[in-house]
Amino acid sequence: MSISTETAALVKLSAAEQAAKIKAGEVTSRELVEAHLAVIEAAEPSIKAFLKVSGDVALEQADAFDAKSAEDKAKLPELAGVPIAIKDMIVTKGIETTAASKILEGWVPPYDATVIEKLKAAGMPILGKTNLDEFAQGSSTEHSAYQTTHNPWDTERVPGGSGGGSASAVAAFEAPLALGTDTGGSIRQPGSLTGTVGVKPTYGGVSRFGAIAMASSLDQIGPVSRTVLDSALLQEIIGGHDERDSTSIPEGPRPMVAAAREGAKRDLKGLKVGLVKELGGEGFQPGVEARFNEAVAQLKDMGAEVTEVSCPHFPYALGAYYIIMPSEVSSNLARYDGMRYGLRVMPPAGVPQTAANMMAYTREAGFGDEVKRRIILGTYALSAGYYDAWYGSAQKVRTLIINDFKAAFDKVDVLVSPTSPSTAFKFGEKMDDPLAMYMNDIATIPANLAGVPAMSIPAGLSDDGLPVGIQFIAPQQRDEVMYKPAAALEAALEESWGGPIWNDLKTPWLGE
Amino acid sequence: MAEKLMKYAEACKQFDPVFGLETHVELCTNTKLFCPAHIEFGGEPNTQLTPVSLGLPGSLPVVNKTAVDYAIKLGLALHCEINEWSQFARKNYFYPDMPRDYQISQYDKPTNGNGYLDVELDDGTVFRVPIERAHIEDDAGKNTHVGGADGRIEGADHSLVDYNRAGVPLIEIVTKPIEGAGDRAPEIAGAYMRAIRDIVRALGISHARMEQGNMRADVNLSLRRSPNDPYGTRSETKNVNSFRGIEKTLQYEIRRQAAILADGGEILQETRHWDESTQTTAGGRVKSDADDYRYFPDPDLVMLHITKEHIAEIEAQMPEMPRERRNRLKAEWNLTDLQMRDILNADALDLIEETVKAGATAAGARKWWLGELSREANAKGVSLEELPVTPADVAQVEKLIADGKLNDKLAKQTIAGVLAGEGTPDEVVAKHNYKIVEDTGAIDAAVEAAFEANPDVVEKLKGGNMKPMGVIIGAVMKATRGQADAKAVTKIVMAKIKS
Repeated sequence: MSISTETAALVKLSAAEQAAKIKAGEVTSRELVEAHLAVIEAAEPSIKAFLKVSGDVALEQADAFDAKSAEDKAKLPELAGVPIAIKDMIVTKGIETTAASKILEGWVPPYDATVIEKLKAAGMPILGKTNLDEFAQGSSTEHSAYQTTHNPWDTERVPGGSGGGSASAVAAFEAPLALGTDTGGSIRQPGSLTGTVGVKPTYGGVSRFGAIAMASSLDQIGPVSRTVLDSALLQEIIGGHDERDSTSIPEGPRPMVAAAREGAKRDLKGLKVGLVKELGGEGFQPGVEARFNEAVAQLKDMGAEVTEVSCPHFPYALGAYYIIMPSEVSSNLARYDGMRYGLRVMPPAGVPQTAANMMAYTREAGFGDEVKRRIILGTYALSAGYYDAWYGSAQKVRTLIINDFKAAFDKVDVLVSPTSPSTAFKFGEKMDDPLAMYMNDIATIPANLAGVPAMSIPAGLSDDGLPVGIQFIAPQQRDEVMYKPAAALEAALEESWGGPIWNDLKTPWLGE
Repeated sequence: MAEKLMKYAEACKQFDPVFGLETHVELCTNTKLFCPAHIEFGGEPNTQLTPVSLGLPGSLPVVNKTAVDYAIKLGLALHCEINEWSQFARKNYFYPDMPRDYQISQYDKPTNGNGYLDVELDDGTVFRVPIERAHIEDDAGKNTHVGGADGRIEGADHSLVDYNRAGVPLIEIVTKPIEGAGDRAPEIAGAYMRAIRDIVRALGISHARMEQGNMRADVNLSLRRSPNDPYGTRSETKNVNSFRGIEKTLQYEIRRQAAILADGGEILQETRHWDESTQTTAGGRVKSDADDYRYFPDPDLVMLHITKEHIAEIEAQMPEMPRERRNRLKAEWNLTDLQMRDILNADALDLIEETVKAGATAAGARKWWLGELSREANAKGVSLEELPVTPADVAQVEKLIADGKLNDKLAKQTIAGVLAGEGTPDEVVAKHNYKIVEDTGAIDAAVEAAFEANPDVVEKLKGGNMKPMGVIIGAVMKATRGQADAKAVTKIVMAKIKS
């Protein structure tokens, strides 16, 4: 099916612009859903962002929204009626949820995650479930048990991970918005590699109830979009206290939309920006550094005071992360044992047909290599006699990193760094070298360890024509602080690039 | 295979037993420890569930505040230090009845630490049991093995899992090693368990019915030659669920371990099981360093913060503790130690107290509950509480006696009527038209008739031997269908033999 020019133009609008068209009566929610379903159908053969498209559900939700009275619609958030894609790490009642793992194949959740309840209440149709590295473990989406997602900027390259599906779907105009989960960079790094905006809110700012747990003390649900304002609008919808999540912050969402709108005025006078000395230099591609430095210069041009700050313990963040995260993974993934839901593999003939053997055969067959690697690492780190040396030490490093952030935020309002050391890499390039893969998250991990909010926005294209991301990090529970300079930079870049970077994206699936 | 056992007295002479008890008490909250699933005993399998209690992907636990308050109450009753900050930890192990394959318990930061409980033994001795901790955790589901002999997993062809119990709040009370008990170890263990039961019931935090699994204990025991020696290797007998079972487990383990040690053998560090049918413990899994639960703080739950103010609020609502209450009632009712023990053994303290509150004398209440009603309960194999008679009923019967409207015999018939479901005592009395025959003429005639029928008895009575008096009274009662007052009959008989 070929995509009409009208459809192509419609899906290229930002979520806020699509919402404005609904308000103006120029388009219905159903038409928006249909337009995106058409793009999904056209793009999926080359992008493969979706594990499951829930077109019928989305249309039903769109119709329910369209049928509302003007008065009822006015009570809904600004993005009401605009469709969204959901990372398959978040449970959706009645829609198969797999975490891209064979072990959950066919599992249809009997309940909705809190964020899904909120999207439904906001009248936002759900287009489908997006691909990811199995149980969000990976940085390229190559560890999905089902399919490999392609980067719309170069379909020979990865979209990053673990949320490569959500990022690619938004970048390819299959969805105006998506939800991701970020444990060590799984929203921000794919954002960087696909030229999208990806936000990891303050830990506890968005309820984790219904987010399949990878590492509970690090996981956070957040927005994926093409503009800073869209992420702000979405985060205000999904954020806020939830009594079903003990780690949820009692206070409501911060004024992020106002901050984004303020930032678009491109006045950053008085804002103190810190360059993190430890997040750059060696290991970062020259093209990445170049775009990053230009972006910093633009922040200065808009009146920001830029200084270098040191976070001396950040070099230990990756090591601490690869103890704490697998430890929690080893426990969180224990429940996938074949007893209650998902895959069950009985032992072969000749092997005693016991519950323990069934569990072992199920887990052997159901989990991929990367998941097994982390379960084994974590099991070891928590073992008696090793706990203090591994888990205990890692928690101490975590405290030191929290203190590094505190000291930095005593001096500056917001921190910046490149989001990822490199642009999108080719399929298979890092699959045989886990450490090289893990290095992708070197700049994003500290924010997860400290629970502070961070976001990645495009900083232009590198010499190789691929997107580069810049990361903003704000103090805990001050998410709005990063939205202002991010929106300002977005506006400044649009001017210097002569338009959004999207103008450079070739989209054959849109018939162009 | 019978194991070699040493005689109990000999074992206690040669060895010094050191024991410990880990008691699981199921709390009687309305909902589970980490989710709002309703709790009910005996519900249809797998009906009391939420995504959380099934451990579904994405579900998160949230602590039930009532359960925490119950834990604080118990901590106060056990003189524990209640920690301002306590933390839930994951105990990781795979088992089909564990929905998450880890139990949420407390590890290095329990809510209650370091307490004690003074338990009173039958001879009035008070023994102080040191408490290590009393922590909060959630229960597992229940496996049922089908197709094998007597429900065991061996020989079963399949198993069923019921997750209704999964997530029910428990408090585990762990004693420190209990030393100095000597041959009274089983007695102390039993008294301790009963004291815990009485306390949790008085606090209203658990039904504490051992037969329903509301309370169960792991019994640890080791022996050493002398109190100056370090502790020996211990065995752990799991999930003993009766007071007698706990006492007998300790007796058995003392005898078993003594026999092994006396032969120069070594005790295996293992978990064992008490078998009620054979009255023995059987070896189970050998414990080793390989048992590694990989405890770590549960990242889904923030630390529990218990303020001094909150503890003070709970302390202000604490009811009188069972031992203090017993001592008070013993004095109020003017009882001997022995009489009090009979009441406790019959589980009749609450019932008697309520009967007294309803207007009966302590002696009257005690007579009914320990006499007629205990016999009835024994015959039916139920507890006193389960009899269809209330303390108010008993108090009412006592009042009818005090008012002279019933005699002992009629009172028993009235109670029998209540037990038979004929209604309240007043209704039973009205239905059968029970009343004391006050017409002395009728009694007089009946006495005369009894004298005629029993000339030998009359001779004895006249000779001053009052023992056969009952024969005459019995005959008179029979003639008056029990409605004569025994005291009135005795008076008439005495008057006649003296004349």
